[in-house]
Amino acid sequence: MSGFIHRQSAHCESGVMASLLTHHGLPMSEPMAFGLSAALSFALIPFVKLSGLPLIAYRMPPRAIIKGLQKSTGVRMQFQTFRDAQRGMDALDTVLDQGRVVGLQTSVFWLPYFPEGMRFHFNAHNLVVYGREGNDYLISDPVFESPVRCDRASLMKARFAKGALAAKGLMYMPEHVPASVDYAKQIPAAIRRNTRIMTKAPFPFIGIRGIRRMGQQLLKLERDPVQCEKYLPLYLGHIVRMQEEIGTGGAGFRFIYAAFLRESSKLLESAALKEAATAMTEAGDHWRLFALRASKMCKGREKMDAALLDGILNGCADREVLAWKILSGIK
Amino acid sequence: MELDAVPQDNSHTYGGHRKLVYATDACGEYVGVQSTGWEAETIATDSALDLLQQQQAEIWQRAQRGETSALEYYMVYRRMDVALLSQTSGIFQWRIRRHFKPSVYSRLPDRLLQRYSEALGLDVATLRLLVERP
Repeated sequence: MSGFIHRQSAHCESGVMASLLTHHGLPMSEPMAFGLSAALSFALIPFVKLSGLPLIAYRMPPRAIIKGLQKSTGVRMQFQTFRDAQRGMDALDTVLDQGRVVGLQTSVFWLPYFPEGMRFHFNAHNLVVYGREGNDYLISDPVFESPVRCDRASLMKARFAKGALAAKGLMYMPEHVPASVDYAKQIPAAIRRNTRIMTKAPFPFIGIRGIRRMGQQLLKLERDPVQCEKYLPLYLGHIVRMQEEIGTGGAGFRFIYAAFLRESSKLLESAALKEAATAMTEAGDHWRLFALRASKMCKGREKMDAALLDGILNGCADREVLAWKILSGIK
Repeated sequence: MELDAVPQDNSHTYGGHRKLVYATDACGEYVGVQSTGWEAETIATDSALDLLQQQQAEIWQRAQRGETSALEYYMVYRRMDVALLSQTSGIFQWRIRRHFKPSVYSRLPDRLLQRYSEALGLDVATLRLLVERP
């Protein structure tokens, strides 16, 4: 076998990339992979609907981490998609038989090892295949505690599921991995990219402005009696799911990013980075507070109070502003 | 979030698994910790699951009364909507909606059912009949 070591991660894409790079001789933690790819974000996109609810994302779109890491570490990835599912599976077998490990993009729904309560039609899941045995593929799914197995038919269905963000069997592996990364140069560069996304996006629904806008939206929904009763609780549940359920490491990736800042502060011996890590942690804690109160209102255990939620969201925004302000001084 | 604040609420939606979250230790260093679940997250997941279940039960009853076909039931059973089923099966949405009419559905040839069978991961024999209970 390939000697691949499974490591549990909070998020699938950063987990897969951190593991693949580590396997190929460039040890990297998950938060470092996440931070170096400048993957933190906030977006509330009202005109893209997921079963009737607006798209809310706390990170950059799928594949942004893979692409971001190519930019910052100099790793070169080889990508392959397939029109024909059988050929996609054959290609996977070929590389596995060469002893290589591969990253795959798949749907969550068709993976049999996922618990029932987590199986939704989400097509941008990532996992590593590190071998095969008989009809089973040996899989390191980064969000699981230990390696898992999946039969050929199910894996094929998961890889070739159609719909939004369809993977088309996407298979990727490193072609060239550098021996080291110039952290002193790449960490500040990645932070600058991320600062721009969060504070200087040209659209009002992205970054800090997006967070405040979400609060405004809750107030507006509460004023409409029909929306307040049916849609608002549903919407709150949706926000909390996007923030906590979808492998974010807690608080919509804020804790992962804070972990990256903290790790960077040690690497670069920077007090400012350490301070920014603390500020980001506080923002994360505030997001957790939001989830707690919103979920109670969603279930009717607490009276609906959009003003309170709006206040908490503004608190999240303020704390993030502080963190990005400190970070804008990083050279 | 500090280490001892990491919730361990044994969420049933995790199916016995544990997720990794990041939290700070006494020195403020970040470490990955496993969590068995958090109540706030469980509430949110449950409300989404409840909605699916409600929808499933409703459509099952309509199918039972002959107001829709078993196809619509199996579609929601697989947590899909018409748009997704259309993309997955390659059958136009208006055609799928037409197949929700029991009279049309009961006369569908195997060739078409085969396409639904592949899209939904259920065999043709299952698709023909409505399950006994939702």
